[in-house]
Amino acid sequence: MDWELLLSYSFLVGLLSATIRMAAPLLLAGLGGVFTARVGIVNIAMEGTMLVGAFTAFWGAHLTGNPLWGALFGIAGGVLIGLLLGFISVTVRANQVVGGTAINIFALGITSFLMNVVFGIGVRPSAVTSFRAVPIPYLEDIPLLGPMLFNHISLVYLSLLLVPVVWYVIYRTPIGLSMRAVGEHPRAADTLGVKVGKVRYAACLVAGAFGGLAGAFLSIGQLSVFMENITAGRGYIAVAAVTFGKWNPFGVLGSALLFGAAEGFQLRLQSAGVRIPYQFLLMLPYVLTMVALAGLVGRATPPAAMGKPYAKEGGR
Amino acid sequence: MKLFKWRNLEIERRDQAVTNLFTVLAPVIAIVLSFAVGAVIIALAGANPLVAYSYLAYGAFGTPRMLAETAVRTVPLLLAGLGLALAYRCGAISIGAEGQMVMGGIFAAVVGIYLNAPAWLLLPLTILAGFAGGALWGAIPGLLKAKLGVSEIINTIMLNYIAIYLMAYLLDIPMREPPGYFPQSAPLQVGARLPVILSGTRLHAGFLLALAMAGLVYLIMFRLPLGFRIRAVGFNPHAARYAGINVERNIILAMLLSGGLAGLAGVGEVAGVHYRLLAGFSSQYGFDAIAVALLGKLHPTGVILSAAFFGALRVGANMMQRSVQVPAAVVFVIQGLAVLFVLGNEFLRRHIVRLVLPARGAGQAAGTAKGVG
Repeated sequence: MDWELLLSYSFLVGLLSATIRMAAPLLLAGLGGVFTARVGIVNIAMEGTMLVGAFTAFWGAHLTGNPLWGALFGIAGGVLIGLLLGFISVTVRANQVVGGTAINIFALGITSFLMNVVFGIGVRPSAVTSFRAVPIPYLEDIPLLGPMLFNHISLVYLSLLLVPVVWYVIYRTPIGLSMRAVGEHPRAADTLGVKVGKVRYAACLVAGAFGGLAGAFLSIGQLSVFMENITAGRGYIAVAAVTFGKWNPFGVLGSALLFGAAEGFQLRLQSAGVRIPYQFLLMLPYVLTMVALAGLVGRATPPAAMGKPYAKEGGR
Repeated sequence: MKLFKWRNLEIERRDQAVTNLFTVLAPVIAIVLSFAVGAVIIALAGANPLVAYSYLAYGAFGTPRMLAETAVRTVPLLLAGLGLALAYRCGAISIGAEGQMVMGGIFAAVVGIYLNAPAWLLLPLTILAGFAGGALWGAIPGLLKAKLGVSEIINTIMLNYIAIYLMAYLLDIPMREPPGYFPQSAPLQVGARLPVILSGTRLHAGFLLALAMAGLVYLIMFRLPLGFRIRAVGFNPHAARYAGINVERNIILAMLLSGGLAGLAGVGEVAGVHYRLLAGFSSQYGFDAIAVALLGKLHPTGVILSAAFFGALRVGANMMQRSVQVPAAVVFVIQGLAVLFVLGNEFLRRHIVRLVLPARGAGQAAGTAKGVG
């Protein structure tokens, strides 16, 4: 292997910058996933949420010619899926995993269908105006750190800024306390007057918004097109990032960066023509998540009411 | 107890969940409803839904050849769906059929390509290897759930991707067919292939294997003590333990069998359809199988029917897209909706939806329809 290449400055800069770029959508979706996980909802539907967000964002950008509107469309699409998830897991009280899987199948179908209807079967739609990098003056000139952190599209900065915000909401506000109570012991929370159903619905909607924006990141942030199944399992990686990050926003940041680094490293190596079994790098996030869950590297204990529908006393 | 009121619509919680003909027929109603919504979507897209659906049906059942193709697509859905039904009956929520199918395909391919065995032994060994590959991938999350209490949901998803990347690696370097233009392995030895059972079509012996497995799963589930124990654990693990059933052992066993059946689905594709290991050969069958198992009400007979239904959708969709330019993806919409409607039915089992019409007498509620609303 060409070690000189790997140690060169330009390779390192490229790798770090790609890491952030790859991590940002995972981080956005992961932060959304923190909300649903904290209230005790298994959010398998994150994959479908991102997919729908990616499509509606592309559609919005196509219609308006403005990526900002595209992002708003993406959020709206994600919120719709969040609403559906809330209906299934709170109102219907169905199995969240089966419901989430159904949402994912539905999302794959509806986005591909609409894509074909709007743009024609087998037609590659022309690229839309996507987000452009916004270098931050002065800071972008810092060696290494500048190109790594301060020369990205606005969504990257937003996703990083949202980490402390989400942390504050969850750990330092009454709303956050209610959420955590609902996820740990819904009956106790109910007794204290917390509206369990409403809190869970709200978490689903917020997770939908985050997931939709993460999808927008894929279609009009990293690229400027939409392709069938553009998420390709990133929603599931986001679920893994939430788990590996122990349901904590800063933990999710860490795991998103780690997973993003694996993807970025693989991309850089491939574009540099280095032939290594990169598949094992891509496998890493999944293996690490399993190891963490098994308690081999620090115990990870999910919120106690995870996956359990809640019914008031006397309800079924 | 009133839950919801909007204009004339009322939703009320039932004292007891009902079970009647309506709930038994729920999957059929769900399918009809999802086709109805699909029709609206097709119409909005500017096509005639009836014409589109008739091409869909023609593409799936129109000629013996198309019928055989539907059967070919039914095989992996049936095998993986049976496996998931077994796991769900034990209370293990597995999403792992896709990865287990991939592992089954990998194991079967390794044996079928490289093993030097007498011809009569090669095919059985290939099938067994595939079963073992899937069983291994099912047993891991089963073991982690039973011994460490780790949720099988996340682990099965993780194992799906680990299997997919493992296959990508194998097809990239060690197993790639020379000269290496495509991510595919060398072909399986002729003796390791599942023979075609209807000449002129792709229908292979895996179809018979799948039907035999449906019978076997029925036997295990409802006629053998093993199935009774598995269902008891799924119904109430605490009561099962109190009755002296080894809960951990049965969870592991159910997940192992579940994975093995999905592994056989991989065997069917690798040894019966492609005759080689091929990137993406599992083509989402493992995810669709979740819907198949649920729509089949976790019963082998139901799973046969729903697997055939999903298989027909997959085959017919292509004909529909070619003939009337309705995107084939609409069948995924119908599949997703069908599962959502089945879940919605659970809601109707526990609630009464009432249309309260303006009173003709003294404010009495009229037009109550139980269940259906």
